[in-house]
Amino acid sequence: MKANASSPQWKKWLPHPLLSLVLWGVWLLLNNTLAAGHLVLGAILAWVIPLLTSSFWPEKVCLRKPGVLLRFIGIVLWDIVVANVVVARLILLPNKHLQPGFVTIDLDIRHPLGISLLANTISLTPGTVSCDLSADRRQLLVHGLHITDVQQTIDDIKQRYERPLQEVFESC
Amino acid sequence: MLEIILAGLILIGAVFTLIGSIGLYKLPDFYMRLHGPTKATTLGVGSILIASALYFSFKEAAVSLHEVLVTLFLFITAPVSAHLMAKAALHIRTRMQEHTQNKP
Repeated sequence: MKANASSPQWKKWLPHPLLSLVLWGVWLLLNNTLAAGHLVLGAILAWVIPLLTSSFWPEKVCLRKPGVLLRFIGIVLWDIVVANVVVARLILLPNKHLQPGFVTIDLDIRHPLGISLLANTISLTPGTVSCDLSADRRQLLVHGLHITDVQQTIDDIKQRYERPLQEVFESC
Repeated sequence: MLEIILAGLILIGAVFTLIGSIGLYKLPDFYMRLHGPTKATTLGVGSILIASALYFSFKEAAVSLHEVLVTLFLFITAPVSAHLMAKAALHIRTRMQEHTQNKP
């Protein structure tokens, strides 16, 4: 998506406001300080780096519904804790009880950042690792450590993770 | 009191990291082994990081936020490396368990 003609002049000089904000935050966290010097230096870096690398970021990144995103992050953090306990139990069980399997998920989400976040989330949560994305970005291959019901697994992932990510990123 | 909480967190972290490593050792095929390090270790490292953040926040009477950054980078890099390894394994057709469902 190229910035359209009606987009204001400042877009040219600040192509990715969100990325800049994140960079600034990371710089301040790296230095663990709020000193004025670092505030300024971080702001300059956060402005220059996205400007110089903007050709690597052709898509505009914008967040709709930050509330949904916050809730999503909460759900994922909780699921990570649960996933660890579940996987720990599976690992300690004898191997022959495990039913590993591959699952193909038909993606509804189209935004590239949304897809990568979804793949990341799948790898961090209960017994699943995302393995491959089809060339047309419409199917995600997922490996499960212990899959008892294929359809149930697909529905869970679509309901819990894809739906909220789609709401946040699709509308760009 | 603080020390008990810290010790608890570090113990939990150590246990989960250990279980992740056991998984890496005992699970039967490459794809299943990937599950150990990507998950069992996130909570393991996570609790150790929380313990570290708490300890330095109380010791220096200033909030220590480096750990937030470590967590962030860990959550970004762990799944990406797992994804790339799985992709590479699929590409060279690494052996998988006989009873794996829906082999690609």
